[in-house]
Amino acid sequence: MAFLNLAFAFLYQLGDAFSFLVLAACGLAVVFGMMGVINLAHGELIMCGAYVTVATTRAGLPLPLGILSGALVAGAVGMLLERLVIRHLYGRPLDTIVATWGISLVATQGTLILLGSSMPGVGTPLGSFAVGSYSYSAYRVVLMLAAILVLVGLYAVFNATRFGTLARATIQVPHMAEALGVDTRAIYALTFGIGAALAGLTGGLYAPTMTIVPTMGTTFIMEAFVTVVVGGADIFLGTAPAALVLGAVRALLTSWQGQLFGQIGLLVTVILVIRVLPSGISGLILRERA
Amino acid sequence: MLRILRRLEGPQTIGRGPAFWAAFGLVLAAAAAYPWLVDGYTVGNTAYFFCWVFMALGLCLIWGYGGALSFGQTAFFGLSGYAYGVLTLNVGAAYGFTLVAVALAVALSALMALLLGYFLFFGRIGGVFLGIITLSVTLVMERFMAQTAGPEWRIGAARLNGYNGMSGMPPLTLPWPGGDLVLFPDVALYYALLGLLAVTYLALRILVNARFGNVLVAIRENPERAEMLGYDVRRYQLGAFVIGSALAGLSGTLYTAWGQYITPSSMGLTAAALPVIWVAVGGRGDLTATLVGTLAVLGGFQALTIYGSQYALVVMGLLLVVAVLTAPEGFVVALLRALGRAWPGRRRGAPAP
Repeated sequence: MAFLNLAFAFLYQLGDAFSFLVLAACGLAVVFGMMGVINLAHGELIMCGAYVTVATTRAGLPLPLGILSGALVAGAVGMLLERLVIRHLYGRPLDTIVATWGISLVATQGTLILLGSSMPGVGTPLGSFAVGSYSYSAYRVVLMLAAILVLVGLYAVFNATRFGTLARATIQVPHMAEALGVDTRAIYALTFGIGAALAGLTGGLYAPTMTIVPTMGTTFIMEAFVTVVVGGADIFLGTAPAALVLGAVRALLTSWQGQLFGQIGLLVTVILVIRVLPSGISGLILRERA
Repeated sequence: MLRILRRLEGPQTIGRGPAFWAAFGLVLAAAAAYPWLVDGYTVGNTAYFFCWVFMALGLCLIWGYGGALSFGQTAFFGLSGYAYGVLTLNVGAAYGFTLVAVALAVALSALMALLLGYFLFFGRIGGVFLGIITLSVTLVMERFMAQTAGPEWRIGAARLNGYNGMSGMPPLTLPWPGGDLVLFPDVALYYALLGLLAVTYLALRILVNARFGNVLVAIRENPERAEMLGYDVRRYQLGAFVIGSALAGLSGTLYTAWGQYITPSSMGLTAAALPVIWVAVGGRGDLTATLVGTLAVLGGFQALTIYGSQYALVVMGLLLVVAVLTAPEGFVVALLRALGRAWPGRRRGAPAP
């Protein structure tokens, strides 16, 4: 029984780390897989989702609706950014990253100026449950389910809808897709919006568990980066397995030495992995298949 | 003399011929006369600007010439800064040890760059990922140093002090007959840094106009072609990364010696963005443009901080976005190009259409 309790504790830790990595990285991975650019303002979109969620929830909206509104607002902000900045930088991936970093600085500092250094949050809902002598937060289990739902939902969107087909065509051969009448600009804009909305969703989901400060995005970005780097360009073949592997590393090291060593372990793992697999796990899987 | 001059100019740098070098000499003379014209505080403050320029020049080499964008130069800045602190707090400043500490701290950064760069460049990861990994490294180092608050975090006599950072290390001290010369942030340090900066700038000019620089630019323009021509792309990029990171380390030690303190936030996200802003705004493709742009942006940033510290970072972020959108080569380079276009026209006396 004691062994089972310990096994459950580890599974819970693993699930927690997995869902954090998947949720932190999915929006980034969607945009990266589509356009080959990394959005350094990703963390600020997460922050935006969290702020909107907290504001609407405190104004009386139920939490799930608050989270949804956070995702929608972040998605709208993302599409606006795409229209104003990203659109002009297609074909210059490094410049896009640098420009999004500028946006990130403006967003963090602007939030600090407009809304102050912190915002009263909302409490973590759903209470806790106990297995053996340990007690666990039920909301964390909801987060794990949410991570899986997001993956399933993305799979459905990219494989079962007309938008998904057009998007995949645009990823594979943009010029050919354009020649066949696909409005690739609209596809790019929509994809960027989806990525931003996913970031907002992540912010909303984690808002009840965190302190709401303008710099809260930085809590997510390092984990999101390493997951996308290890995963490679394909979100299903890359991000999900990468999150599982990195989640195991993080869960093990965190329960052994604390959160910081979990992060250091992640980073070292990533640096070792890219030496062997430069295009990530999805690159390996695709190469084997080819 | 002429041979050395010829090695200083070439296809990879803007500025050549007697006119440019006369202007360079004038600027250097003006910089040397500067301490007599302003008060001691301003001189120390300008020396503070000089501390940062080395990191910008290093990033210019890695990014502008090598085409590999590193977001984490502050990791080396912080590492060397802390190393200088630990070394000097333990050994002291006697017998010119601070200079040995600078050398050791810079060597430590070069070593770490060699190790990290080996995995990055020999793993052949793309430009996008390089930036992200290096940024992750500096962020993790910031978090690591920020949690070293307890008394158990000490190296010899030096407490790391967590988020408050280390302080109280001795400034640079030159052994001098008849008493050590302590370089407080004042006229003496200003001259030392000005000399070091001029030497570094000229040495980098020689480097990028030599074979190494030409190959590096060939790799930036087309890695596959450079490889087909028989150059080991990985070695050249690693070389540029190590040199650039050592310069970032040099900035870190000089900054630590200047202010006699170093904190984890010098490796944070905002700190990491600043070198990228200087180099992007000035002009990443040219050393002179980076030098001028860095000093201009640093000065502007400080002026903004005085009038409204909150808004300075917003302006910096906007400046970066605007630079990338409207002047991808950098404002200084764009300005020089525009001047170059205007100048011959005026000389020929062509009437405006």
